[in-house]
Amino acid sequence: MLQTHEISPEQIENEALYKEMGLNDEEYKMVKHILQRRPNYTETGIFSVMWSEHCSYKSSKPLLKKFPTKAPHVLQGPGEGAGIIDIGDEQAVVFKVESHNHPSAVEPYQGAATGVGGIIRDVFSMGARPIALLNSLRFGPLTNERTKYLFSGVVDGIAGYGNCVGVPTVGGEVQFDDCYQENPLVNAMCVGLIKHDDIQKGVAAGVGNTVLYAGAPTGRDGIHGATFASDDLAEDSLKDRPAVQVGDPFMEKLLIEACLEVIQSDALVGMQDMGAAGLTSSASEMASKAGTGLEMNLDHVPQREANMTAYELMLSESQERMLLVVKKGREQEIIEVFRKYGLQAVAVGEVIEEKTFRIFQHGKLMADIPVDALAEEAPVYHLPAKEAAYFQAFQQMKQEVPVVKDHAHMFKQLLQQPTIASKEWVYDQYDSMVQTNTVVTPGSDAAVVRIQGTNKSLAMTTDCNSRYIYLDPETGGKIAVAEAARNIICSGAKPLGLTDGLNFGNPTNPEVFWQMEKSVEGMVAASETLATPVISGNVSLYNQSGGKAIFPTPVVGMVGLHESLDHITSSFFQQAGDRIYVIGETACDFGGSELQRLMQGKYAGKAPQINLDVEKKRQDQLLTAIQQGVVSSAHDVAEGGLAVALAESLFAEHTLGATVQLSGDPTVMLFSETQSRFLVTVPENKQENFVHIVEDAVEIGKVTTDKHLTISINEQEYVSESVALLQAQWKGAIPCMLKTKA
Amino acid sequence: MKFAVIAFPGSNCDRDMYRAVANVLGADADLLWYETANLDNYDAILLPGGFSYGDYLRTGAIAATSNVMQQVKKHAAKGKPVLGVCNGFQILTESELLPGALLRNKNLSFMCHQEVLTVKNNQTMFTTAYNEGETIQLPIAHGEGNYYCDEATLQELIEHKQIVFTYQNNPNGSIENIAGIVNREGNVLGMMPHPERAVEQLLGSADGLRLFQSLIHNWRETYVANA
Repeated sequence: MLQTHEISPEQIENEALYKEMGLNDEEYKMVKHILQRRPNYTETGIFSVMWSEHCSYKSSKPLLKKFPTKAPHVLQGPGEGAGIIDIGDEQAVVFKVESHNHPSAVEPYQGAATGVGGIIRDVFSMGARPIALLNSLRFGPLTNERTKYLFSGVVDGIAGYGNCVGVPTVGGEVQFDDCYQENPLVNAMCVGLIKHDDIQKGVAAGVGNTVLYAGAPTGRDGIHGATFASDDLAEDSLKDRPAVQVGDPFMEKLLIEACLEVIQSDALVGMQDMGAAGLTSSASEMASKAGTGLEMNLDHVPQREANMTAYELMLSESQERMLLVVKKGREQEIIEVFRKYGLQAVAVGEVIEEKTFRIFQHGKLMADIPVDALAEEAPVYHLPAKEAAYFQAFQQMKQEVPVVKDHAHMFKQLLQQPTIASKEWVYDQYDSMVQTNTVVTPGSDAAVVRIQGTNKSLAMTTDCNSRYIYLDPETGGKIAVAEAARNIICSGAKPLGLTDGLNFGNPTNPEVFWQMEKSVEGMVAASETLATPVISGNVSLYNQSGGKAIFPTPVVGMVGLHESLDHITSSFFQQAGDRIYVIGETACDFGGSELQRLMQGKYAGKAPQINLDVEKKRQDQLLTAIQQGVVSSAHDVAEGGLAVALAESLFAEHTLGATVQLSGDPTVMLFSETQSRFLVTVPENKQENFVHIVEDAVEIGKVTTDKHLTISINEQEYVSESVALLQAQWKGAIPCMLKTKA
Repeated sequence: MKFAVIAFPGSNCDRDMYRAVANVLGADADLLWYETANLDNYDAILLPGGFSYGDYLRTGAIAATSNVMQQVKKHAAKGKPVLGVCNGFQILTESELLPGALLRNKNLSFMCHQEVLTVKNNQTMFTTAYNEGETIQLPIAHGEGNYYCDEATLQELIEHKQIVFTYQNNPNGSIENIAGIVNREGNVLGMMPHPERAVEQLLGSADGLRLFQSLIHNWRETYVANA
């Protein structure tokens, strides 16, 4: 354990104590060079958190630079609390995704809850009202008892926090694979709405202005959380439970309302939340961005516990705290707003001209660090990459059609796999409707949230099929972006941009870094072709334990815009008589498929291929068809292939059925996961218009009233099941697995 | 007719309630902060849902001790309408303006979805625009909506037709499938489902509209007609 009494600078160097805090020898030398002396204990702590991967992106920065971040409608790209995209009418949408993986692995409820709290603060610190939450979760197999505990705890934590703060949780995704057994992933995304005039930046501008601390007092929780997040999870990680913060959503709710009220005051200069690395990162980043310095007196910082050291105060990750810079002489106006909500706001420092970060406590200078050294001049590593050994072997494998004896049985099995099965058990626990804007609630391809006072709405989704990315990182990276865009398009919206939550293993392993590099390259290519700039994101590395890394999991959070509420399109079949079309041909693609997992218990071979130009063409044509009103429903074809997509399209009401005729290899036609495909229904009298707009559409059947799904292939019946029965199995799978003792 | 929507620290359906009444129905309404609220000039009081005081201690328990609830009690004593939805219902039982208590849901989880309700009593000032026995759809979103009262109280509720709404597929374990009740006088309604979330078909249901319309209609009948 780290000691908290003051240790001398000499001792830190001689005993290499900086290593315990996360700095390596080389980095310690850099610190000495920057300061022209040995850092003291507090300073060593400050450098170690600010230069941790979590805060500095030191090994991912060279990759992040590759992302396309600019477009005429992008008002704010990466670098601030969250990215901002113009949506017209003087309004903009703000969004970002963030991970809370390691905390959730050791303390699932609080880990997930504080992940939600942190991402909400990132959004309202920009001046935006948070209007929606999404998440992307990964766990080990649901047959494992610890997985059940983690899964239930994480969902409970997301619900406990999100429900209380009054931001609807409208969408998300959950997948289950062996590689996440010890290292689950919890990524949370928040979407906010803002008027252009209200956009805030986290800057400490104006020499002489006052630094205000607002919100919850600082305790000893979460000290070195950022460092904890920047290391492998070890067997003894449970002892790091104290590094997990504890959230108070009630405090957060008050903080949201107070901050949004404060934003209306011209006394406010800048605002930033105290997230990872707490007071240290918020203060130093605000000063660095403004080109100023900052002086703080820690005696004024509200404290939850007695006798906290400078080290503890600077590194604590206590939740629900904000740092504000306010015009000198107008502090009281701001303090009054916080007081209304029962919150403390206290002057703790001042913006200074000299670009240095100076901390005092009990009349003593505790830290004196050049501001840019912490944020801008953090080390950047160009790590070596090496093609993963498995990759060539997978590429050489022949595309083979798995031998399926009983297709109807296999179909029902697939519907009950937790990755495919209904996630109702999860999202029923989330308040998805508060704020009364949720037009499409969870369970559809993308959630839809209308924008009050306009005829517009926002579509939003999170996606990432990490199995494909494992098999072929570059192709998988493309697919992740394309699939998110497909979901947005199916809802009838035009994709605006994305936020990325990059989750990988230990980057110092060249094969892991290769996965990172290639998947980012794939995402870059897809973002460029599909015109979805990357406006914000988060990097979570060292997601591994026992030397085994997770599958590369770069989660894509995407937001799109419906120019008219009339364009909102359901993923469910709407009325009997509508014709069913598939856009895109079906090939033999079983590498990384749900069928492969079910039959072989592992993933191998080539990932499905994707041609981004074809993808773009189909997306554009489908969106045009939707906007012209010739489409009743649209659903992307994903895990489990066409058969699963057909079933899912029937799982809204018990009133419809479908009859479908296909030709080709039955296993391929039913279960192959070929990319760039859509399942669309079209009213009979609109068919001509539809096929005129959408080139690659093939009619495969008809929506019926018989509440039955019938699929024939080569004129032989392969599936003939009652929709109610299929739906019951699909719905019951996860609750049943949770109840079954291993 | 003028509505007051009271926001407590931690209320989170206050804006939704205000919007339903003011923007969707076009009624005269104010959103009031609990600390500074003066209810003298209001005709109906709406206590919105959320997590007042973080649900700490017990749901609704701390809000029930606030000064504004003393005003609400006086208002209710005059026979004027008070509606508490979700956390508002919990505050009403904690304030003893309504009998019984709301326990944790039977499955111990928060739940949010549309529920099908039966209108059991359409003779209250909140429900005259519904038909008796009518089936309506309103969303629920709560972790502690499991209504409980002792046998004697239940008999009184039944006898005085105080059970206003019941669930058709009881989601939370409520006694007698109770989703909403009124006080004996019929001017204080508490309910777990959210009528303010069901005022536009775009969001899945508009069945909540008639509750507010009933209030406005009956108030006019009583006060404007007699004026």
